[in-house]
Amino acid sequence: MNPLNPTIVTPSGVWTPLVWIMIFLLSLIIAYIIYLRGEKSHRVGAGAEIFFSGNKPPVGENAHIKSSNIGWGFMEALKGYYSAMRKMHTGIINDYVGWFLGILAVMFILFLFYGGAP
Amino acid sequence: MTLWNFIAVNSPALAIAIPLLGAFTTPLIYRLGRKAMLTWVISVLAATEIISLLLVYLVNTYGIQVYVFGGNPYYATVPLDSGGIPIRIIFTVDGMSAFTALISATLGLVVGIYSMGSEKFRSAQEKFFALLLLLVVGMMGMALTGDIFNFFVFLEINSLAAAALVSYHINRGIAVEAAFKYAVVSSIGALMILFAIGILYGEYDALNMAMIAERMHKTGFSNYDMIAMTLILVTLAMKCGAVPMHHWVPDGYGEAPGGTSALLVVASQASLYGLFRMCFTVFGLSANTFSLGWFLIILGLLSMFVGVTMAFLQHDIKRLMAYHAVSQTGYMLLGVGVGIATIGTSAFNQYGIYAMEGGIFHILNHALYKGLLFLTAGAIIYRVGTSDLNKMGGLAHSMKYTSIFFLIGAFAIAGIPPFNGFASKIMIYESVYQLNPFLAVVAAIVSMLTLASFLKVFHSAFLGPKIHDVKEVPRNMLVAMGVLAFFIVLFGIFPNIAMNYLVAPAAHALSNPAGYITRVLGGGGS
Repeated sequence: MNPLNPTIVTPSGVWTPLVWIMIFLLSLIIAYIIYLRGEKSHRVGAGAEIFFSGNKPPVGENAHIKSSNIGWGFMEALKGYYSAMRKMHTGIINDYVGWFLGILAVMFILFLFYGGAP
Repeated sequence: MTLWNFIAVNSPALAIAIPLLGAFTTPLIYRLGRKAMLTWVISVLAATEIISLLLVYLVNTYGIQVYVFGGNPYYATVPLDSGGIPIRIIFTVDGMSAFTALISATLGLVVGIYSMGSEKFRSAQEKFFALLLLLVVGMMGMALTGDIFNFFVFLEINSLAAAALVSYHINRGIAVEAAFKYAVVSSIGALMILFAIGILYGEYDALNMAMIAERMHKTGFSNYDMIAMTLILVTLAMKCGAVPMHHWVPDGYGEAPGGTSALLVVASQASLYGLFRMCFTVFGLSANTFSLGWFLIILGLLSMFVGVTMAFLQHDIKRLMAYHAVSQTGYMLLGVGVGIATIGTSAFNQYGIYAMEGGIFHILNHALYKGLLFLTAGAIIYRVGTSDLNKMGGLAHSMKYTSIFFLIGAFAIAGIPPFNGFASKIMIYESVYQLNPFLAVVAAIVSMLTLASFLKVFHSAFLGPKIHDVKEVPRNMLVAMGVLAFFIVLFGIFPNIAMNYLVAPAAHALSNPAGYITRVLGGGGS
C-alpha cells in the first residue's frame, strides 16, 4: 500500500482525496486572483445600510436568529408529515414497547412468507 | 513462552479480562485518591486499546483467531472427548470482530480521557468510571465471542452499564426517566434473544454460533429457525436504534453525560455488529438472504429519512445529534443490507461487496465523527449549562477549538469531501444505485438534510453576537476531541489506510461464513 496514493476503488471508479484537495486549492487561488482584479476603490462599509423591511435591524443578542426559527419553511411545508411524526414520538415507554412488539409481529408474518429457506 | 507470545496467545481473553478487572478494582483504587484512580482507569483503557490493535494485527496476519476458555491447548475448539461439539466458551476473532473491538476500545479510551475533565466536579466518580469500563467489557465481549449465550451475557452487561451511565446525572429526574426507558426496552429485547437462544439450543444442542450455523445448514432452515431469527434480528435492530424502534435513542443519548453519549453510539454499534453477525454467519447459509437483505435495506431507508427529518425539528443539541445517530445507522444498514441481498450472486462481486465495505467503513466513520460531535455538545453544555440551542449563540468567540472540532465533525457527518464521511458515503451511493437508483437518491437527500441541520446547529450555537461569557473547556476534553478530529481528517485524506487494514478484512470476513465455521469446527491450528 502506498500512503501517498490514497485511492479507494468504488463500483463506478475511484475516489482520490488528494486530487480533490489539489483542485480545491486551485479553485481558491483562481478565486483570489479574481478578487485581486476587483474594484480597488471599494471600502468595507461603504455600501448602503442593511435593509430589513424598512425597519431598523436588531442589534446585539436580538440580532441572533434562534434555532427554532431556522428551517421554519421546511417544517411548514412538511406540516402533515411532522404532525404524524409527533404523534408517533409520544415519549411514553408503553408505546416504545408497543412499536417493538408490533414490528416483531409484522416481521414474523413477513418472514413466514418470504424469509424461509432460499 | 515469552511475554509477547503469552499476550498474543491470550489476547482475545485479555481484551475482556483487563477492562473487567479494571472495572471492579476502580472503586478500591479510588480510596487512594482521585488521581490514582484516573491513572488506573486510563492505563486500563490504554492496555485494552493495545490488545485491540494486537488483535487486528493477528487477524490480518494469521487469519481468524480462536480462543477456548479452559481449553488445553487454547485452540482445541472441538476436543476428542466432547462428542464433536464445541462445548466450551470459544472466542472467535475474525476481521469484523477485531474491527468492532478496536472501535470500542478506541472510543472507550477517548471518552475516558474526556470524562476526566467533564466529570471532574461530580460525585461518585469511581462508580462512573467503573461503569464506563464495564460498558467497554460489554462491547468487547459482544464483538469477540463466538458463543450465542455468551453474546447474550455481554449484551446484558452492555445494556445495564449503559442504562446506569445514562442516569449518572441523577440530580436531573429526566435522566433517570431516560435510563428507566432504556433499561425496560433493553430487558424486553434481551428476553426475546434469550427465548431465541433457547429455541436454537433445543434444536441443535449447541450454543456455538459456528456449530449452530453448520447444523442449520445441514438440516435445512426450519420454522423454529425462522422464529429465532425474527426474535434476534428485530431485537438487535431495536438495540442499534433502527426506525421505527428508535424511540429510546433520543432519550438515552440526549440525557447521558456528554462523553457517555459518544460511547453509547459505539454500544449501539456493538448491537449492529451482532445483527450483521447473525445475518451472515448464523443464518446466512440457510435463510433467504435476499429477504434478509431487504429487511435491512428497508430499516435503513426508514432510519435515514425519519432520523434526519426528526433531527431538523429539535432544538436540544443532544436530542438533535441522537436523531442524526439514528439516521447514520440507516446508511450502515443500507450498505450491508445490499451486500447480503446480493450475496451468492454475480451482483455481489459487481457492487454488493462495495456496498458492504461502504457500510462497514461508515461504522468506523460514524463512531469517530458522531463521537466527536457528542463530545463537542458535552463541551458546550459543560460551559453554557444548557442543551437548548435557543439559549445559545456566539460561542465561537470564546470556544475556538471546540468550534473547529464541531465544524470538522459536522462536515464529516454531512459527507463533505475530503472528510471521512464522504469516503464511505460515495461507496454506498455508487453501489446501492446499481441495486435500485431510488436507494441512492434517498441517501443523497438525507446527506443534504444532514448538512442543513448541522448548519442550523453551528449558526445557533457558535455564530452571532457573544451571549455567554465563557472560556474554553479543560485540556483533557480538548485532547479527546482533538484525537477524534485527527482520525476524521486522516481517514478522510487517506481512506486507503482504514480500507486496507480494517474495512476490507471485516467485509470479507463477514461475507465468508463458511470460512468462519471451518476455522471453529476444524479445531486445529494456532
